[in-house]
Amino acid sequence: MEKPKIIVGLGSCGIAAGASKTYDKLKAYQQEHAVDFELARTSCIGMCYKEPLVEIQDASGSIIYGDMTEDKVLDVVLDHLTKGIRNAEMAVKAEDMPTHEDSFFDGQVKIALRNCGYMDPESIDEAIQHEAYKAISGILKEKRPQLDIIQTMIDSGLRGRGGGGFPTGLKWKFANQNASDEKYIICNADEGDPGAFMDRSLLEGDPHAVLEGMMIGGYAIGATAGVIYCRAEYPLAIKRLNIAIGQAKEKGFLGENILGSGFNFDIYVKEGAGAFVCGEETALIASIEGKRGMPRKRPPFPAASGLWEKPTNINNVETFGNVPWIINHGAAAYAAYGTEKSKGTKVFALTGKIKHGGLVEVPMGITINDIIFKLGGGIQGDKKFKAVQLGGPSGGCIPAELGHTPVDYDSVNATGAIMGSGGMVVMDESTCMIDLAKFFLHFTQEESCGKCTFCRVGTKRMLEILERITEGKGEEEDIPKLEELAYQIKNNSLCGLGQTAPNPVLTTLKYFRHEYEAHIIDKKCPAKVCKPLLTYTIDPEKCTGCTVCGKKCPTNAIDGARKEAHTINQNICIQCGECFNVCKFEAVMVD
Amino acid sequence: MRITRLVSENHVQEVDGADLSLMDSLIAKYKGKSGSLIPLLQGTQHLYGYIPGPAFEKLSEATGISSADIYGVATFYAQFRLKPVGRNIIKVCHGTACHVQNANAITDALKDFLEVGDGETTADGEFTLESVACLGCCSLAPVMMIGENTYGKLSGKLAVKVIKEMKNNLCKQPQE
Repeated sequence: MEKPKIIVGLGSCGIAAGASKTYDKLKAYQQEHAVDFELARTSCIGMCYKEPLVEIQDASGSIIYGDMTEDKVLDVVLDHLTKGIRNAEMAVKAEDMPTHEDSFFDGQVKIALRNCGYMDPESIDEAIQHEAYKAISGILKEKRPQLDIIQTMIDSGLRGRGGGGFPTGLKWKFANQNASDEKYIICNADEGDPGAFMDRSLLEGDPHAVLEGMMIGGYAIGATAGVIYCRAEYPLAIKRLNIAIGQAKEKGFLGENILGSGFNFDIYVKEGAGAFVCGEETALIASIEGKRGMPRKRPPFPAASGLWEKPTNINNVETFGNVPWIINHGAAAYAAYGTEKSKGTKVFALTGKIKHGGLVEVPMGITINDIIFKLGGGIQGDKKFKAVQLGGPSGGCIPAELGHTPVDYDSVNATGAIMGSGGMVVMDESTCMIDLAKFFLHFTQEESCGKCTFCRVGTKRMLEILERITEGKGEEEDIPKLEELAYQIKNNSLCGLGQTAPNPVLTTLKYFRHEYEAHIIDKKCPAKVCKPLLTYTIDPEKCTGCTVCGKKCPTNAIDGARKEAHTINQNICIQCGECFNVCKFEAVMVD
Repeated sequence: MRITRLVSENHVQEVDGADLSLMDSLIAKYKGKSGSLIPLLQGTQHLYGYIPGPAFEKLSEATGISSADIYGVATFYAQFRLKPVGRNIIKVCHGTACHVQNANAITDALKDFLEVGDGETTADGEFTLESVACLGCCSLAPVMMIGENTYGKLSGKLAVKVIKEMKNNLCKQPQE
């Protein structure tokens, strides 16, 4: 029998949860005790809420254990290897037995993430065993015509996974039609939406899939070079991409005369420098050229005049990740998933007040409720589901009542939100929607490049109004003012950042207008988030007079003798909430 | 990505002894390559921890790009710092997931404890407090990162405790 293999999940999220220490612990044990097992690493399988994850493969099959921090891992692993005891409590996925976490995987279809968590991302040999470079090799060997590949992409129905949703095949066709001595293909890995990490996970878990997708795109449009524009905040992704590029060159998949076909193609990584607006195509190109990342007017579109004024095609990481699978399995196999106008699968980053936070890949058309309650396990603490935010700062909030909405480009757009790149932030009743809108607007206002007046000044004015509302200084005309500004900004901005910046405000106004009114008219924050609108009082029935709150109060607003009920002087209280935090008897009430 | 950008006044600071010859090999590496201004600035920041004022002149001479244009690029991107930073940079995540899990409480607690504002460095040059957008470990929210270490599921109190422990360890270490 081959020796058992122990695989530790070492993606960024796993490492943050302590997976490196888990790996070191196993390594040290292996060296000290000469135990017969092979130690390997993989990347994120998507189950962030159970990190660190450790997989054991032996004669009995494969089993993944969750919560494998350094203090627990040895017990579980040794029980398994030496005594044959499989810890059902810690198991999260097993080949031959059900686990209590199976609901997270049921309903997922992994195409873009097909190899993430199933192979060592730093080994090209393992990648090749998982079909890496099979598609491009076949294309080059058969000398498949460029238009044939483009037609396959059109037939597959794949649309841009960065959020725009433009048909990928059509985009390639435009770049293909523009003749030039040089053309470029760019991978947009400047994943800037706060709360989204799909691209990071794919780059860290299966960099070769992205490289191969770019090669196929490059071949189809007639490009000679590819650039990956990656956020500098993703050091592990950049490291693994560079390792993958080096290995691909060694094996002859990249460079001159690839596999003897006469096709020349090279890829290099360009680190972004931190500007959200660079997710926009023309700003991204300016940034690669070493300039300030400011968008320009289109046309000309990048397909006609892009990087260094040459025809350029830009796709998102996840889009490229799907391409080799489509070539290998055919357009029809991909189009079999999804809805009429949104084919295939989409990766979502599930975060916020959800039990099973992580990364899921689902067929288009699944409902929001299914994602949150079946895969995501429901809301933390079994609180009430209030809304879900899709599409980050460019997107909007979909309320719980619309949880039956199918997730596809058109249905999501109809709600006023956008599909976006796949960030899905779940909120419960303790999230204030005005505070959330303010958060996103603060972000877009900071990230506005300043070129268009409406985006530069308008977002600032909107933010000021929201700040006033959350401070209890809102006026009734603020709502129509916000709406007017929002439409002006949408209509008068050059790029996607400005055109979508008001979406978080518009959708919260549409679905949670009563919350705005509560802030403005009643001067109350129903979610009890906006501090200036809160009133703290002490329940004399519950107060034991322990004096802890009085000692903590920074303004000495709490009076009362020992062992007698205390009171809060509302004239001095600054609503800091310290008394609420320290009271052991739940006597401090917030309203 | 820093949420709070550098303000444009008072930030070009001449530092005695910034040895600009360290930049020579960097400049040689990118000589004659178009579109290398951002890698040059990133390399410079990697050398010094920030971009010293005189470095702009040197880059301008090397690339033929006016120092005003270089300055324009450096101030556009959130990554570039024009002031020296502390030995430890505390990055408090303010991504959406962390925001809804009350990341503000962490920044506020650290501001109080370290007696600095967001983006500022403590007087002893030990800590710089920064707000960043999404470190990508949303399931551990709210999160902060110091060097290579990520601390998850924090509260204001826990964050201050981490810094206190770091300070204690610093005191114990022999000074160089």
